Amino acid sequence: MSALAHLGSTGGGAQAPGGAAPEPTKKGGFTAYLLLLPGVLWLLVFFVAPMVQLAAVSLQSQFPGYPGYYYRDVNFGSYLTAITEYLPHFGRSLLFAGAATLFAFVLAYPLAYAMAFKAGKWRGVMMICVIAPFFTSFILRTVAWRQILADEGPIASTLRFLHLLPGGHITETWVAVVAGLTYNFLPFMVLPIYASLERADPKIIEAGGDLYANGLTTFRRVTLPMSMPGVLAGTLLTFIPAAGDYVNAELLGSDTSTKMVGNVIESQFFKVLGGFPVAAALSFTLMAVILALVFLYVRRYGTEELL
Amino acid sequence: MTTGQRIRFWISDHIVMLVALFVLLYLFLPVAYTFAFSFNNYKKSNISWNPEGSPTLDHWQNPCGPAGICDALTTSITVGGIATLVATFLGTLLAFALVRYRFKGRGVGNILVFIPMATPEIVLGASLLTLFVQGFSQFGLKLGFWTIVLAHIMFCLSFVVVTVKARLQSLDPRLEEAAADLYADSFSSFWKVTFPLVLPGIVSAALLSFSLSFDDFIITNFVSGDTSTFPKYVYVSYLRGIPAQANVIGFSMFVIAVALVVLGQVIGSRRRSPVK
Repeated sequence: MSALAHLGSTGGGAQAPGGAAPEPTKKGGFTAYLLLLPGVLWLLVFFVAPMVQLAAVSLQSQFPGYPGYYYRDVNFGSYLTAITEYLPHFGRSLLFAGAATLFAFVLAYPLAYAMAFKAGKWRGVMMICVIAPFFTSFILRTVAWRQILADEGPIASTLRFLHLLPGGHITETWVAVVAGLTYNFLPFMVLPIYASLERADPKIIEAGGDLYANGLTTFRRVTLPMSMPGVLAGTLLTFIPAAGDYVNAELLGSDTSTKMVGNVIESQFFKVLGGFPVAAALSFTLMAVILALVFLYVRRYGTEELL
Repeated sequence: MTTGQRIRFWISDHIVMLVALFVLLYLFLPVAYTFAFSFNNYKKSNISWNPEGSPTLDHWQNPCGPAGICDALTTSITVGGIATLVATFLGTLLAFALVRYRFKGRGVGNILVFIPMATPEIVLGASLLTLFVQGFSQFGLKLGFWTIVLAHIMFCLSFVVVTVKARLQSLDPRLEEAAADLYADSFSSFWKVTFPLVLPGIVSAALLSFSLSFDDFIITNFVSGDTSTFPKYVYVSYLRGIPAQANVIGFSMFVIAVALVVLGQVIGSRRRSPVK
């Protein structure tokens, strides 16, 4: 996780030699446990306990004839409903999040590369530019995308003029949802890639050129592998929130054909009487699918640096 | 070399930078829209530009006009402040324990910190909602301000830990050894050597916490009951039309944040330079 950690950390200062994280040397069970106690307690009460409660809710059964009233049970019926009825929503969540992650990577890499190797004294300014849009509310920026992509907006009008927009709309389609997801989580892709490129020695990349590798080969064989921890952390930080998001699908998508799992969970919780168990089962299934994908992905591409 | 060739060389030399600037423009486009629409002289809905009305400063002169908008903003800032303070304190302690000590259960501790970050916000929100509604309400804790604070501390905590951890891991352990060699006891070597070196990490962790908390919508929406935060206010008012005052506030927060970050960088670089 140390790659991810650089997200908020400022470089410079006293760097450890070699770069690898030093193993802790101090033995000291008591002090360590004392330092750990409050934070771990907090996570137990406000992360682990809610998860257990959510698991219990997902297994509850409904009192027949009394919608909204449940009793404690071990009933996997909600999971069955979650998977059979909402399979398309799961598919969309994974597909949209995957596409957004890919697009974010394509956009983020050149930016991170330019910041690390080309920006010089402008590095700090570019860093601020990447983080700054965060402070205008995420909802406001998503609404702004609705305005930018609207039928009468600049992009849709141009495409329609060029006869490149067969449906006539961008909003209310999956294109708008994926565009919104790509935009909203882009900084989470840029920052970890930048952090790992920044630590890379530009001389190693030059050495690739000295050994007669062309630009593409140098990138593929030298630069990209060096930035892999950042790429890995960035893709996770983009994919996970994108897969669970419902705001983009709500504000940019259509009422029917672009809804994601998040939308179903939200409406089962707030709009459907007696929807708690199915919503809980959906949440758990989503988390299980994401954790499984993350596990496979990290095992395939992971480095020791991640955890 | 012909002019054409020269242009081609210039472009191939600067292509990465050009693409990067293009991506930055893309990042700023919605912010520019938010800014522009804060001047929209609209009648019913601020979603589309009203070409008839001339741009107006009304919304800037009356940012608290719409009912509840400034209360929501105050709630967001208060929640962000409390959550940042508590999460930064607890997270820094955790980071020190995980980086500096060898003890049983260290691996489990790392995983416990990592998993909340790998959990989609909607799952965190849903689980907290079930706990607050079905568990905590028996103790008289209703959904509202304090449930938002409790939830925000939880999700900020992990981000604080990884940020401070990274800073701690990048410190040269020889610095502390040197302090010990110079007969500093462990108390003064911590406060005079370690803490000042870790402080930038703690500060960026706090900044990260505040911005995560301030902009959070999904978890907040689940645990807030009737209480409104600024993002929730904007989301809820979307259907009837977001007032342009929201654009005023959103853009102002952007300007204030950028100003503070620039100020911090200037002060930081000034303080650092004489040491070189």
